[in-house]
Parts: sequence; structure tokens; C-alpha cells
Amino acid sequence: MTPSARAAGSVAIPEARPEDAASFIEIESLDKTFVGQDGEPVVALQGLDLDVRRGEFVTIVGPSGCGKSTLLSLVAGLLETTGGEIRIGGTRIVEPYTDLGFVFQSDLLLDWRTVTGNVLLPCVMRGLDEKAHADRARELLASVGLEGFEDKRPFELSGGMRQRVALCRALLLDPPMLLMDEPFGALDALTREQMQVDLQTVWHRTQKTVLFVTHSISEAVFLSDRVIVMTPRPGAIRAILDVDLERPRDLNVHDTSRFTGIVHEIRLMFQEMGVIHR
Amino acid sequence: MNLWNRKWTRDAFWMVVSFGALVGLWAGIVWLFETPSYLLPGPGEVLGSGRDNWLQMIPHSGWTILSVLAGYLLAVVVGVPLAIIVVSSQTLERILYPPMVATQSIPKIALAPLFVVWFGFGMFPKVAVAFLICFFPIVVDTIVGLRSIDPALVQLARSMGAPPRRIFLRLRLPGALPSMFGGLKVGSALAVVGALTGEFIGSDNGLGYLLLSAAGELDTALLFAILFVLSLLAMAFFYAIEVLERLMIPWHVSQRAHTG
Repeated sequence: MTPSARAAGSVAIPEARPEDAASFIEIESLDKTFVGQDGEPVVALQGLDLDVRRGEFVTIVGPSGCGKSTLLSLVAGLLETTGGEIRIGGTRIVEPYTDLGFVFQSDLLLDWRTVTGNVLLPCVMRGLDEKAHADRARELLASVGLEGFEDKRPFELSGGMRQRVALCRALLLDPPMLLMDEPFGALDALTREQMQVDLQTVWHRTQKTVLFVTHSISEAVFLSDRVIVMTPRPGAIRAILDVDLERPRDLNVHDTSRFTGIVHEIRLMFQEMGVIHR
Repeated sequence: MNLWNRKWTRDAFWMVVSFGALVGLWAGIVWLFETPSYLLPGPGEVLGSGRDNWLQMIPHSGWTILSVLAGYLLAVVVGVPLAIIVVSSQTLERILYPPMVATQSIPKIALAPLFVVWFGFGMFPKVAVAFLICFFPIVVDTIVGLRSIDPALVQLARSMGAPPRRIFLRLRLPGALPSMFGGLKVGSALAVVGALTGEFIGSDNGLGYLLLSAAGELDTALLFAILFVLSLLAMAFFYAIEVLERLMIPWHVSQRAHTG
């Protein structure tokens, strides 16, 4: 998928600059082994190679316990690798890498802060001036349809709204990259589809590099430029599929034969690996 | 604010109704069975005894309040930092937690005579028993609160570049407040029990001492009057903590239910 196809809708499409083509996230023969509760080593990830281009939307799909979340933590530098290495923008990750936005399945909003206060959390955590970013926080909230909710408390919001706030929080300091760990996993099916569409809009607008983890094959295909299919533990890459569906996608793309074809292909892989049975 | 006030007046109204009913029942029983006043004096008699003895009761109340507050504050000042230490280091937890639990298995009331032997009559044994008895719930609930942080929240904070101290102060500590207040409220009731026990065993002042001497003289009306003053004090203490809770964690579920 070329960047030009992504920018469908705009008139003048600039040629891809050389740095756009270069890998932004480089993962090389990555291993991660944990010590289990019984003291036995547990291999979470084994020999993982992956390059993600700047501005690319890559989704990792796989069964529970395949090390998807571990992979995100490793990319963020929150865990140490056992073997291999990860580079972001050419820099090797050896400590927490903070120029990114993390979104989790749980929205992790703080009950004692307002909606805006929650969006401003990265400032608090870095010791930056909150007031200087308040306008930016309000703009972000407005951009996801949360105008008028700035001073509400999280408990007054629905699950989908809360997760939007979490997305705004991740975008506050405008990091080039988002790590999303099953962000819509706790939402109801309809809200989830809406969130997928809205995330796509945000992604088009902001051109972030996104590493997205999900259990849902159709969510992966709908959102991504590429889908990484993982094997069960120890987690390794089973296949990488290009999703050559036109952007921007609307929900009706679910009913196209190309979409269902890719979904089918991935499901076959999981059946083959014994992850799901017919 | 308006809601809170309305809720407050409603609360006060029902409190008056329920207490009024209790006093009425009490007066009814005394009137119906003509109980002798050394067994069960009527509300009027108790009120009269309170009126006759209030000059005597005020300084004794002062001593009791002083020991309760001293023991309680000591428990907070020692207990909360101790909980923080226990949570922050596994080694320190292994060292500190077992003896804490062990001392908890000793009935604190049984220690009061020992304190009298060691420290003699006066403030110290009272404060010590009050401290010991409310210390444990404060520590345990603070530990539970500090531990209840979502690990993903810590991960999120670390990914934002937060140093451990900031994670503690801005996330872990505020998140622990609801649980801490649970311990502080239980502790507030227990501190009164502790101070009274101390006064029973080794003191020549305080409401506990006055209570014993009234019992010795079979002055049941005074005994009742003291009981009322005691429960009023304990209630005032408890509600003071509750007001503090409302001010400090208005965002918590338990406080939201109040306004709903």
C-alpha cells in the first residue's frame, strides 16, 4: 500500500519522500522469555522480525497468550528483551521510550480528574505545564466529538466516550507513534465498529504510525495496511498479509469479497494452527 | 452543593425521627414496667443527672477526647508511612508484616494492665491502647489501597516517562484514598474503645474512670448520662472523618451514591 492511496480524497498527492519508505520501527530476531510462577522459563516471543514504515497501520492478531501485548511493552521499552533488538527511528530501545501514545483495553481514566484533566495526564507524568497544553486537550476532545464534556468526570461518560478520552490522552503530546493493546476489546459490538471508523479518521488526519493488537480478525483487516498473524505460544509470526483495500474505508467494506477473502484466509490459518476449530 | 445540603437535611430529619422513636420506646418501657431507677432510669432522670453533673463531666470528657485523638493521630502518623514502606519493598514487607499480624493476634485490651505496670497511671496507657487498637485497620486498609492500582496504569505512566516517585504521588496515593478512609473510619470507632479500656484499668480521669465510679455508687442515671456523652463524642469523631472523606474524595463511587 502506497502513501498516496492512503491520502485518497486530497487533490495533490506528494510523492513519497525517501524517509517515508524507510522503516520506522525495526524489530530484529526478537526473543522474550519470562520466568513463570513455577520458576520454569516461559518463551513468550521467539525470533520475531518485523519492520513498520512511518505512518503505517499494522495490526497484530493472534490467540490469547501469544505474546502480542508483550510485544507492545517491548517496543515501548517497558520490558527488557531477552534476545534480538528493537529500534525506533534508528535508536535502539533500552529504556522506556516515551515518544509514543499507549492505549490499553481498559481506558485507565482517573476518577479524580476531569475529562480534560485526564487528557492532560502525560503533562503531569512528565512534569510539564498543564495549562500550556489545555487548549490542545480541548481541541483533541472536540475532534473526537467530545465537545461539552471537558469538565465532566469520567464516570459520567459511556465506555466508547471514555476510550475516546484515552485516545486523546495518547495524542496529547503529538507522538509519532501509537501503541494500541486491544483498545476496543471491552466495548459493545456497535460502539466498537464506530470506534474503528473514528480511529481510521484520526489516523488519516494525524498520519501516526500505529501498532495495534486485537483478537478480532475483521477489526484487524478493516483497520490495517498489514496484518501480522501470530502463532500460539511461543509467539512467532505465522504470516504477514497486505490489506490492499482502498482508503478511507467505510463499514460496508466488510461485505466486499476482497475483505471477506482476507478474513477467510486468516481464519484458515488459525484453524490450521489449531487455535480455532470448525 | 444544593443537592448535598438537601441530602443533609433529609439525613438529619430521619436521624431525629429514629432517635425520637428510640427514646419514646425507652420512656414507654420505664413507664409500663415501673423499673427501679438503679436498674433502668427514664429519659428524664438521665437528663437530670446530666444537668447536675455536667461540670464534672466536662473535664473528664476532655481527658478522654485527648487520649482518643492522641492514640488515633499516632496510629495515622505511624501507620500510613509504615504501609507505604511495606508496599514499596518486598523485603521490608517480609520483615515487617509478620510481626504486625502477630501483634494483632494479641487482644490489645489484655495489654492494658501491662501498660499500667510499665508506665503507671496517667495518659500513656490510655493512648497506648487506643493507638494499638486502631493501628491495624489503618495500616491494612492503606496497604490494600496502595496495592489496588491497575498494573496497566503503572505501565501507561512509565510509557509517559513518569519517575516512580511521581507515579506514587499522582496515581497510587490518590487511588488508595478510598480504601484508606475505610480504615480511618473503622479506626476512629476503635480508638474510643481503646481509650476507654485504658481508663477502666489505669486512670483517675476520663469518662471511663467516671463510668466506673458511677457504677460503683449504683448511680445508674449518671452512668446513662455518661454513655450518651460517650456515644455523642464517638459519633462526632466518626462524622468528622466522614466529612473529611467527602472533601477529599468527592469523585469516589461511595461519595457519588450520597449525592444520587
